[in-house]
Amino acid sequence: MADPEIKSYEPLHESRSAAVTESGPVRVTLTIVTLVFLGVFLLLPLIIVFKEAFAKGVGAYFESLSDADTRSAIRLTLLVAAISVPLNLVFGLSAAWAIAKFEFKGKAFLTTLIDLPFSVSPVISGLVYVLLFGAQGLLGAWLKAHGIQILFAVPGIVLATVFVTFPFVARELIPLMQEQGNGDEEAALSLGASGWQAFWYVTLPNVKWGLLYGMLLCNARAMGEFGAVSVVSGHIRGLTNTMPLHVEILYNEYNAVGAFAVASLLAGLALVTLVLKTLLEMRYGAELAATRGH
Amino acid sequence: MEVRVVNVRKEFERFPALHDVSLDIRSGELIALLGPSGSGKTTLLRLIAGLERPTKGAIFFGDEDASQKSIQERNVGFVFQHYALFRHMTVADNIGFGLKVRHRAARPSAQEIRRRAMELLDLVQLTGLEKRYPAQLSGGQRQRVALARAMAIEPKVLLLDEPFGALDAQVRRELRRWLREIHDRTGHTTVFVTHDQEEALELADRVVVMSQGRIEQVGTADDIYDTPNSPFVYSFIGESSSLPVKVENGEVWIADRPIGLQAPHAPSGEAVLHFRPHDVDLLDGCSGCIAGTVAASRRVAGTRRVELEIGGERQRVEIELPVDHPAAQKSRVAFRPRRWKLFPAA
Repeated sequence: MADPEIKSYEPLHESRSAAVTESGPVRVTLTIVTLVFLGVFLLLPLIIVFKEAFAKGVGAYFESLSDADTRSAIRLTLLVAAISVPLNLVFGLSAAWAIAKFEFKGKAFLTTLIDLPFSVSPVISGLVYVLLFGAQGLLGAWLKAHGIQILFAVPGIVLATVFVTFPFVARELIPLMQEQGNGDEEAALSLGASGWQAFWYVTLPNVKWGLLYGMLLCNARAMGEFGAVSVVSGHIRGLTNTMPLHVEILYNEYNAVGAFAVASLLAGLALVTLVLKTLLEMRYGAELAATRGH
Repeated sequence: MEVRVVNVRKEFERFPALHDVSLDIRSGELIALLGPSGSGKTTLLRLIAGLERPTKGAIFFGDEDASQKSIQERNVGFVFQHYALFRHMTVADNIGFGLKVRHRAARPSAQEIRRRAMELLDLVQLTGLEKRYPAQLSGGQRQRVALARAMAIEPKVLLLDEPFGALDAQVRRELRRWLREIHDRTGHTTVFVTHDQEEALELADRVVVMSQGRIEQVGTADDIYDTPNSPFVYSFIGESSSLPVKVENGEVWIADRPIGLQAPHAPSGEAVLHFRPHDVDLLDGCSGCIAGTVAASRRVAGTRRVELEIGGERQRVEIELPVDHPAAQKSRVAFRPRRWKLFPAA
């Protein structure tokens, strides 16, 4: 006796009632305002980046990218992202798990704390590490005695980047996990699954799109971070320069093609992130909607 | 599997949800936990499942103390109120999940799991829907998948939390009959929670009426309906009317007149009379009866409900009249309850 009432479960796209529909001229005006705004503030700068990068031809573009210092900056940026994204993946998952699935004192405080990097200027985030690890800093003497270099070296850059990007994964997962509650996990346990199996087969698949989305954003920010990294890096060419810092240096040296060539890579990264995200949403839209609750 | 709940107490952050509850569930029985929200019925179900641990007391599965066992070790089939189907798995994968997560030694082969899932899908009459995702099913279908999934692990006990709560009335009635059939065929010891008395009385072999963290009464539908043992059960199960009365020398009085009811064993003093509105004899003259003036009248399906004002204190009470009874507003009606019970005044 299969139920006959299987309807389509797509959300209903009702035509909006007359009361909430704007008149023709208003609609056109709103659309134009949006388009002009997007054009001037987003599209135009993007075009200029690529135009300047290729101003002296494709040859000059690739030549400037193959410069040793530039390549070192690209390598460092990739390294920093490769370290900080997985770290924040683990941190974000644990934090979201703790906040969404358990009740404990200080939960609201923890939630606020996770948002801290969003509300603090990145420069301050960098300065905190200088005060902590710098030569005159809190741990400076001890670090020096043990020969550990954090500031003006890769560890400092990674620390600053992790700090600036740690809300992304957690912020994406907390509301998702809160909405989903504990029901699915309880069901898995009642069916005999171990805690690990419940996490692997049920929790993780339930949040995988949110997780991926958070990682994309986290990665984009990790590669593009300027302020915090600028404070702790020391701008040592070929050693502690990331791509955004390198762009600034090249630009200050009036090397427009070089600066914009590296900038175009960063812009390209943003575009790839955007395309990936859109593709994910298109390809798995139905499933994505399904994971958001039926 | 026989389940015994022995003197269980459960507190949530020092707030007691269950006080000293004991219950024997017989093997193969279909039993309902019935009560208003906050009565502790879901807590009791979750304690039996192992989703919660009792603060005090023990729960036995057969002769084994299960209270310290984890939910995985208890091997119970739990059907959640909102089904908790795994959204990213097909219907077949949902049903097979409990077998797939077993230890390697006890795990059937992939084909065997699939075969079992199909078998259960047949049992719950959803053949052909194995490749659907939960979001593509109707509420009633999800409910049946949830049941199939719980039965796949060959549970000792089936526990259902408000199994029909989220469904509309028609599907609910249909599934109710269907669940009874499945139970009769498979013979699982089954406990279900409901706040719907009709559902409990119709479906269960025995009904456990709960209120405020305590069990009020346990019995068959007939026991519970015909001989409620507390004012709460009287008013919670079915329709009931009540009147404050006085008992003197084994006779029941309202104000200054006896109403023709004998209660030889009741202690003298204040009491409350309970009866069913439909279970009354209408009388013509009144010597030894309850008489009142019709204050309101409304048609309820095949009968008429009238509200009577009794005596000088204008106590209101509801009784049922035949539709063609001539009683109109302000007219006087006399009756005597056919079946009734006295409880001490609160």
